[in-house]
Amino acid sequence: MKFQNGAGELHDCRDAFTSMLEAMAERDPDIVAVCNDSVGSSKLVGFRERWPERLINVGIAEQNLVGVGAGLANGGKLPFVCAAACFLTGRALEQIKADVAYSNTNVKLCGISSGMAYGELGPTHHSTEDFAWVRAIPNIAVVAPADRIETAAATAWAAAYNGPVFLRISRVGVPDLFTESHKFELGRADMLRDGKDLTIIANGTLTHRAVCAAEILNAGGIGARVVNMASVRPIDEDAIVSAASDTGAILTCEEHTIFGGLGSAVAEVVVENVPVPLKRLGVPGIFVPTGSANFLLDEFGMSPDGIAESAIELLRKKA
Amino acid sequence: MSLSELKIIANRIRRRDLRAVFEAGAGHIGGEMSVTDILTALYFAVLNVDPDAPLDPNRDRLILSKGHTALALYITLSERGFIPKDEISTYFRPHSRLNGHPDRTKVPGVETNTGPLGHGLPVGVGMAKAAKLSNAAWRTFVITGDGEMQEGSNWEAIMAAAQFKLDNLTLIIDHNRLQQGAWLAETNNIAPLAPKLEAFGWAVEEIDGHDMAAICNAMSPQSMVVGKPKCVVAHTKKGQGISFMTDNVAWHHKVPNAEQVELGMAELEAAAKSKELVQ
Repeated sequence: MKFQNGAGELHDCRDAFTSMLEAMAERDPDIVAVCNDSVGSSKLVGFRERWPERLINVGIAEQNLVGVGAGLANGGKLPFVCAAACFLTGRALEQIKADVAYSNTNVKLCGISSGMAYGELGPTHHSTEDFAWVRAIPNIAVVAPADRIETAAATAWAAAYNGPVFLRISRVGVPDLFTESHKFELGRADMLRDGKDLTIIANGTLTHRAVCAAEILNAGGIGARVVNMASVRPIDEDAIVSAASDTGAILTCEEHTIFGGLGSAVAEVVVENVPVPLKRLGVPGIFVPTGSANFLLDEFGMSPDGIAESAIELLRKKA
Repeated sequence: MSLSELKIIANRIRRRDLRAVFEAGAGHIGGEMSVTDILTALYFAVLNVDPDAPLDPNRDRLILSKGHTALALYITLSERGFIPKDEISTYFRPHSRLNGHPDRTKVPGVETNTGPLGHGLPVGVGMAKAAKLSNAAWRTFVITGDGEMQEGSNWEAIMAAAQFKLDNLTLIIDHNRLQQGAWLAETNNIAPLAPKLEAFGWAVEEIDGHDMAAICNAMSPQSMVVGKPKCVVAHTKKGQGISFMTDNVAWHHKVPNAEQVELGMAELEAAAKSKELVQ
């Protein structure tokens, strides 16, 4: 795995998503985009210009949105159902369960502007429960890419994969972490750097922050392994067990509540296999105050310095 | 298939349903009896489906959105050859693929998993849209209950179907006027349904949902209205065919005892021998 440092120009992952979607749609006439009026926020303007018939806008009606997606799949189409992640999962969760996952329809649910991307718009517009809600449902992959390259790779993978997928796509700018050759594989974590003292497991917008934190720790003589866990369900149990056995402490970081998300999923594996000290960073189970996503992540201890501090605190618990 | 033959099949489905509910100790017999004629007409006179190719891309699609009446669907599917007739006796048993609500991943002929109400019509809109995009001739049919129309998701789908001009989509509302706990009119009276659907841009036809000829006519390709989705408001009776269950709220999901089964079966058998059916 070639890894570039966590600095550099910031990119909106939605652009990588739609570029890949359009590239695939050019080759595959069955690909359709379905949205709930979110043509602009899902970055589907270009798609609509090129294939107006294949952009199915159901209006502001998320239950219908997901049901229509399931019906399109039944009728032989490959639907990418796009909506703000908070409404897609919160409003249409039963459709996700019954029409998509339980019915095993080949629907790609694309939760756009996930996490706290809508910042100051407040908790109604934040999607910080979606990992918990969706990963509790059987038969649906839950994927949160970390940069624009992984977003494109995961989008391409989703089209090729035959089954229900929930793809979590942020609009908060992140630097490139992977090189162009990166391939996404469901259920496989990627170790971005190795270290012997603890492991930081993150995904989405938190991965580059975790990498920066590892650099801070390294400067202080602490070796931190960084694992990008884009695939939340299924989760890479082997990578988690190895991290626990090899480094003896695990710190998780996510743009999601600490209840039921990535940290919980990691903790489940750790506790049942190799119990070691573990700390979950994320939204601490509150309706967050006003602020941008980056402000709020810092506020909840997930600035690179904040993550490094939590790591040092966690190390004190190691036997 | 003649109307008389369709009526004989519907009668057979009702008899099997009554016995199956008794044997399983479960079912939604009232709504199963109200939807049986509609299911029979669809599977034996309307739908272009093939039990030997249940996933043929060009098949017509039927969604039983009122999934709690799955037993009537299973029996109809068994009569049509999709599943073995003797499998009906496994309904509700541990590990049977005949769950209380239909599962498309296990039962051939089932198109989408229903159970929570208000799910079938949005999925049907997606199917009909897919056919339009592919310039394919296959049609989509969705059966909902009338109480089910209280679910807001149906109205999201109703708006979209009109907007998309889905004239290849037919919604049949099993308007038996009773929901689980009380009359529709006493609960959240969404009737009259026809003017509401018309106001949303649908073509609407009201029929007697137990009149086999009327059902077949309302579903026929000739009855399709260019540019508009179609709603058939089928006026039905819960418990149709068994006098003491008919229009009786108690029989939403009540299980008959042995004596009641005898009584009901006697009525259905008498109907099977009646002039109307054997003519």
